[in-house]
Amino acid sequence: MTVGVEIEHVQKRFADKLVLDDVSIIAPEGQTTAIVGASGCGKTTLLRLVNGVLQPDAGTVRVFGECVPQENVELFCRRIGYAVQGAALFPHMTGRQNVTLIAKLQGWSEQDIESRFISLLREMDLPLDVADRLPRALSGGQQQRLGLCRALMLKPKLLLLDEPFSAVDPITRVEIYDRFLEVQSLEGVTSLLVTHDLREARRLAQYLVILRGGSVAQQGKTAEVLDEPANDYVRSLVASQLQ
Amino acid sequence: MNARIFVGLCFSLLWMSSVWADSQVRIGSKNFNESYLLSEIAAQLLEANGYEVERKFGLGGTLICYAALRKGEIDLYIEYTGTLGQAILNLPGKPHFEQLNAALSPLALQLLPPLGFNNTYAVAVREQDAQRFGLDTIEDLARVQGLRMVFSHEFLERQDGWPGLSATYGLAGPVRGIEHGLAYQAISDGAIDVTDVYSTDGELIRYDLRVLQDVRDYFPTYIAAPLVREDLPLGVTEVLAQLEGRIDEALMQKMNAQVVFFGASFAQVAAEFLTDFGIASEVKPPAVAADIVKNTLRHLQLTGISLGLAILVGLGMSLLVYTYSRLSQALIYFCGLLQTIPSIALLALMIPVFGIGITPAIVALFLYSLLPILRNAITALRGVDPTLIQVSQALGLTQAERLRFVLVPLSLPAIFAGIKTAAVISIGTATLAAFIGAGGLGDPIVVGLSLNNTQLILQGAIPAAALALCAELFFGHLERRLGRISGQSSADPIAK
Repeated sequence: MTVGVEIEHVQKRFADKLVLDDVSIIAPEGQTTAIVGASGCGKTTLLRLVNGVLQPDAGTVRVFGECVPQENVELFCRRIGYAVQGAALFPHMTGRQNVTLIAKLQGWSEQDIESRFISLLREMDLPLDVADRLPRALSGGQQQRLGLCRALMLKPKLLLLDEPFSAVDPITRVEIYDRFLEVQSLEGVTSLLVTHDLREARRLAQYLVILRGGSVAQQGKTAEVLDEPANDYVRSLVASQLQ
Repeated sequence: MNARIFVGLCFSLLWMSSVWADSQVRIGSKNFNESYLLSEIAAQLLEANGYEVERKFGLGGTLICYAALRKGEIDLYIEYTGTLGQAILNLPGKPHFEQLNAALSPLALQLLPPLGFNNTYAVAVREQDAQRFGLDTIEDLARVQGLRMVFSHEFLERQDGWPGLSATYGLAGPVRGIEHGLAYQAISDGAIDVTDVYSTDGELIRYDLRVLQDVRDYFPTYIAAPLVREDLPLGVTEVLAQLEGRIDEALMQKMNAQVVFFGASFAQVAAEFLTDFGIASEVKPPAVAADIVKNTLRHLQLTGISLGLAILVGLGMSLLVYTYSRLSQALIYFCGLLQTIPSIALLALMIPVFGIGITPAIVALFLYSLLPILRNAITALRGVDPTLIQVSQALGLTQAERLRFVLVPLSLPAIFAGIKTAAVISIGTATLAAFIGAGGLGDPIVVGLSLNNTQLILQGAIPAAALALCAELFFGHLERRLGRISGQSSADPIAK
């Protein structure tokens, strides 16, 4: 197994609140690792430590063997895709502008940008006319898919997903799951998926990390964690969501 | 409008305005009709003698005129000895002409020979009463019983008003107070019999009043004379000296009345005076339309340049403040403080630094425009959805790119709302710039106010209101358009 993201003994504090306490996680390359926990358990903070937007107080984070830089994180960020709940598309930009902005900043040629954009639309099963519409003229599901297109635009090897499926209705969500799985295998991308939904994790992730109050409660292959909970917390979480 | 063209236009206007001819004689005047008239006479006299004259009339009061003269923004204006002695030089008592000039000499200023009249407080009665009771001097008032003496509130309070007058002439009450503006009508209607006036008011002729002589020399003297800079060419002072003793109280009253009551322009009355004086002076016919255009253009120049600068500086500052947030409260407080200074005071404060004319007006208007622009921009930048900022950060946008592609575009509607407010405030406030010689639509308003001439006031007020309305509509339109584009308008159909 090749390591995609390696988080070692990481600690993070906001003011006097300890958000992450000695967290160590290994996310294998080319797979999806789901990070599951109740709100406020430090899931989002963890993602932001991985792309360098936040720096840990202690411990190290490595992405494909490379330490997360402490300054000039922008270039580093651009190599990592990022998608959030509700898509958070820029409301003043069309679908195309939203997806292609960073490629332009990165200095891609017009041709490369357009062909990458069109192929992403196809992969995500989006109609071409979303390209020239403003986000609020699109359905929630379309916005969410465009958000994923934006995350994938620069062909990142790593994708950080912060509950990107939670704001769409269940039927749309299932469609997007399928799209996502297909795109993921097509692009060969490693994903860290933050969610509070174990069913989503079971469906999308090969590896599973359960966070509780800033610490890892259990981690391993998804099936193993779900079948053999290591402690009462995980057991009750599995029981409440999957049975 | 393309922002670069707009800014370029502003600066070229500014540049053009600063290229002023330096060889002219610059004449100032205060903002009341007698001062306009006397300055116009001086101006036409000099023009008839071949000098080029620049008129900076309607400056907002003695101190502004004086400051402008000291700074060399104007070369001369007509001053009154009483005002000079008390308000400017702080000399005790009633200084003689020679004493005044001795005090002026170290200041490199000079009072030229007086024009001939004394515009002071005076006591007036109806001409028919004067004849009936044989009233000629203030002393005579003590003889007649039952005259209703009603004086302006200010006159009743001032040390050089009623208290001293009653003591000097042994006058007993009762006296009552009246609003100065109503006194003439009241005495003309027979509601009152005796009141205080200024000895050269045109109303004295119109209402057929007689000024009682101040035989005990009680009232301070306000003898009018040109106050000039000593560095004025000798030729100019020689020409002006021709006016010595040429205008007595009666003539001044008559000329004031012509302007105030018979609708003559300052230029006409001045030309008539000079013609009687044996000097042919042309009167240019009043060019109402051309004046409105000229004033409107100047007004646009004042507000356009100041607004342009305020937009540049205000937006620049707001970006700085957004980036270094500790600055923000201090800056907003500072701009708020500027806003609380009354506009006329702010304009006056500019004079010691920038003199009079267009530059101080632009600086003052600029300072006024800053707060609405800055505050709206900062509020808008701060109000952008934090999730969008987080996402743009995670996508790898640098701070500058975040501002350019996300924060500023999303803040534009609110930024334009701030600019709109600033523009409307600026257009309104710019009418006051006439008080410091900057011209614009305030010019006819100031003259109109001093003449109580509604038509003149409207010549300034209507275009100014129209400009404000245009600014409101123009920026409001931009604001709504940008709101639609940035997706912040709720009542909006699907975009293309």
